[in-house]
Amino acid sequence: MTHKLKLVMVGNGMAGVRTLEELIKLTPDLYDITVFGSEPHPNYNRILLSPVLAGEQTLDEIILNPLDWYSDNNITLHTSWTVTEVDRIKRIVHATNTAAEVKSAPYDRLILATGSNPFMLPVPGRELDGVLAYRDIADTQAMIDAATKYKHAVVIGGGLLGLEAANGLMKRGMRVTVVHVGEWLMERQLDKVAGGLLQRSLEERGMQFRMGAHTQALQADKNGRVASVLFKDGSHVTAELVVMAVGIRPNTALAEKMHLHCERGIVVSDTLQTVTDPRIYAVGECAAHRGIAYGLVAPLFEQGKVLANHLAEFGIGRYSGSLTSTKLKVTGIDLFSAGDFMGSDDGNTEEIVLSDPHEGVYKKLIIRNDQLVGACLYGDTVDGSWYFKLLRDGRSVADIREKLMFGESNIGDVGHEGHSKAASMPDDAEVCGCNGVKKGAICKAIQDKGLFTLDEVRKHTKASASCGSCTGLVEQILMFTAGGDYSATPKKKAICGCTDHSHQEVRDAIRDHKLLTNEAVFKFLEWKSPTGCATCRPAINYYRISSWPKEALDDPQSRLINERSHANIQKDGTYSVIPRMWGGETTADELRRIADVVDKYNIPTVKVTGGQRIDLLGVKKEDLVNVWKDIGMPSGHAYAKALRTVKTCVGSEWCRMGTQDSTQMGKDLEKAMWRMYAPHKVKFAVSGCPRNCAEAGIKDVGIIGVDSGWEMYIAGNGGIKTEVAEFFVKLKTAEEVMEYTGAFMQLYREEGWYLERTVHYVNRVGMDYVKRKILDDEAGRKALWARLQFALDGEPDPWFEFDKAQVDTRQFEALTV
Amino acid sequence: MTEWKVICKVDDIPVLGARRVQRAKGVEVAVFRNAEDRVFALLDQCPHKRGPLSQGLVFGDTVVCPLHNWHIGLTDGCAHAPDEGCTTPFAVRVEHGEVALDVNELNTLALDDASH
Repeated sequence: MTHKLKLVMVGNGMAGVRTLEELIKLTPDLYDITVFGSEPHPNYNRILLSPVLAGEQTLDEIILNPLDWYSDNNITLHTSWTVTEVDRIKRIVHATNTAAEVKSAPYDRLILATGSNPFMLPVPGRELDGVLAYRDIADTQAMIDAATKYKHAVVIGGGLLGLEAANGLMKRGMRVTVVHVGEWLMERQLDKVAGGLLQRSLEERGMQFRMGAHTQALQADKNGRVASVLFKDGSHVTAELVVMAVGIRPNTALAEKMHLHCERGIVVSDTLQTVTDPRIYAVGECAAHRGIAYGLVAPLFEQGKVLANHLAEFGIGRYSGSLTSTKLKVTGIDLFSAGDFMGSDDGNTEEIVLSDPHEGVYKKLIIRNDQLVGACLYGDTVDGSWYFKLLRDGRSVADIREKLMFGESNIGDVGHEGHSKAASMPDDAEVCGCNGVKKGAICKAIQDKGLFTLDEVRKHTKASASCGSCTGLVEQILMFTAGGDYSATPKKKAICGCTDHSHQEVRDAIRDHKLLTNEAVFKFLEWKSPTGCATCRPAINYYRISSWPKEALDDPQSRLINERSHANIQKDGTYSVIPRMWGGETTADELRRIADVVDKYNIPTVKVTGGQRIDLLGVKKEDLVNVWKDIGMPSGHAYAKALRTVKTCVGSEWCRMGTQDSTQMGKDLEKAMWRMYAPHKVKFAVSGCPRNCAEAGIKDVGIIGVDSGWEMYIAGNGGIKTEVAEFFVKLKTAEEVMEYTGAFMQLYREEGWYLERTVHYVNRVGMDYVKRKILDDEAGRKALWARLQFALDGEPDPWFEFDKAQVDTRQFEALTV
Repeated sequence: MTEWKVICKVDDIPVLGARRVQRAKGVEVAVFRNAEDRVFALLDQCPHKRGPLSQGLVFGDTVVCPLHNWHIGLTDGCAHAPDEGCTTPFAVRVEHGEVALDVNELNTLALDDASH
């Protein structure tokens, strides 16, 4: 059977066409696709109409899908045809054009992507010549034309769109008055102070305002063109052009005619299906999802993705709403708001405010239950993307609260070379130090290729695709180059493209439903790809074996090469071998064996590591097994998301300053916890006195001996970005150090997300939470420690116990012809 | 007439895994097995920085290079967009559970791509 399903889309705008793009990516051949669009243009970027109006971009530059794109993908496009009727019984749509001709198309599935209509104030004179809305290319062109002939313009509505229109008209030489009924500008995005600052700044540019003004009527000249705006108080202003920008309404006229349930939009389910007719979907501004019709592009693209997934018959995507942020596209004015920027009077929210009216800087952050829930920035918005990320992640900000206002760069979170402010970086400055990507290249890719999300930027430029330390910078660049509307806004982040589930959801499902194999996980959580991918499989494998020790079997083919071969792959395809040296101590016998191995296998480089061990580099894969055997020392797990080194100083055994036997403590910790797989690598250090020669301040667990016992520090990190470990607790005995360290490790093993270091885990759940679990709850702590010991009991050394450790030894032998 | 040389059994290759095949001359060939027991063969060298693809993680009909995460199609040896470049694919015959490669290809293809 070769009969293809017929998919018809009403509307040719951004949300709808993005849906088709996603659909074609998933299944290029499932549907015959027909698109009807009322406008004569292919899909263009409506957000960029304001720069076009202001003369900063041309119409050609904002086309997203040229006509070739439609024909290349076998999409039948009917521009300038408006769908006026849909017969739901016969499943056929009827469209008309300006010549009153009729065109029809049958459908199996129908997408309504009719967008929204500008709301026109019901005042006398609204039908006069020279009265416009601001919605599409035609409106924009009419405004540009009017600016060449007339002088006086009035924009009704001091919201985002109205101000952008006013700014554009002013740039085109008109005298513009903005009429706003509210007390301050953009009251849905800004608080009163920021709104006032904005007004002052626009006034300095020559924009005039009538605040709190109610429009009574639009009055005409003798030719029937608008001439002035009359207010309720009897005053009036000259107006040869009136732009109404008082809001938009979901365009539901067709849907209502079709008797689809509408309530502030076409009501859809989490799969964007209309609740009335399962063959019909609605996406974009016309759709009401859980009572909300979104007007920004990021959430609409999320919807498009889910709808495409559903149409492709994968049937597993769910849309669960979005958080949104706002940025005004008026060149020279920096303004950003997101979330609950007003706070509430119920006493549950707190505000942190920085106000410097002289410099035109105002920042307000709203905090509820130690989480950032809203932000309103004026004048200095470089940290907008960072605040927005904190808001989306919902992480506790208790630990960074006092520095929060001063931005990401003040908590040490900076990119390569210490850059923190993307906007002020020159184009030739390197953003991504791993892949050598410069700022200019990122901006160019965003503009040329129409990139919208961090993921897309990563794929196309490789920026922030390796170590990720410049992610914040790249997000800033994305926001500045593409405008705030673009910043992706899913409430939760899926592990990868194989699923819509987050790390937490997958962890929970594996634990709650005892999913022991990858296949069970894929089936239970309805994975989109039968064998997962290189991102999700290693994560699932870790979640299984850490949740169900001794029951779930490790799957070597779900491990990346280092953990599969138990050695670190090098750039030339050889491997490095780091044997375990307990607490960094070794013996003449061990050194002799290492030296003999180096000679016997012609190992080119021997290097002392930062973790007090010895690294043999350049070992051929086929030699690995014999190298391990000849050295006869345990695996150092230097290749694994596991306990790596326990760095120690010599301690009281030798050192004249030493107060505690740090070497012994380190050896004991290492012997108790080696072979411990974790979400990411784990490093310990033990120092014997506060001089801290073992550098315990930058380890996942750092122990510092003092005269009266041991201080325990956790969640430090010496890698990509240095994080100083935080003081956790003071302990008296070595047994306590063991128990508390083990309990913290087990908590992290059970709750951490794959590839999340302890510092990120603790930041996410909050230090208070970790303290409650380990310091306040003695029984819980002991249980955690016991669970870790249970998990590690009998855990094999993968260098020697191949069968037990699921090591496939076939990998070490090549086949021959 | 193609001359096929039996290299191993399908079962000698781990599911969602690979083996390396040494040739008389030239870079090794990697033979892959996916979840549906289909077998593929590519020059064991990523088009990016010559990473050994045999050491990568396999899913669907893709292998991920162990060095820098490039996604390489098992059927054609080509990198997934937006990355660009291809490694040499080799013909594979599977009969009675045995994997065979084309002798002529083994002796002639990609001999210049000497490892460093």
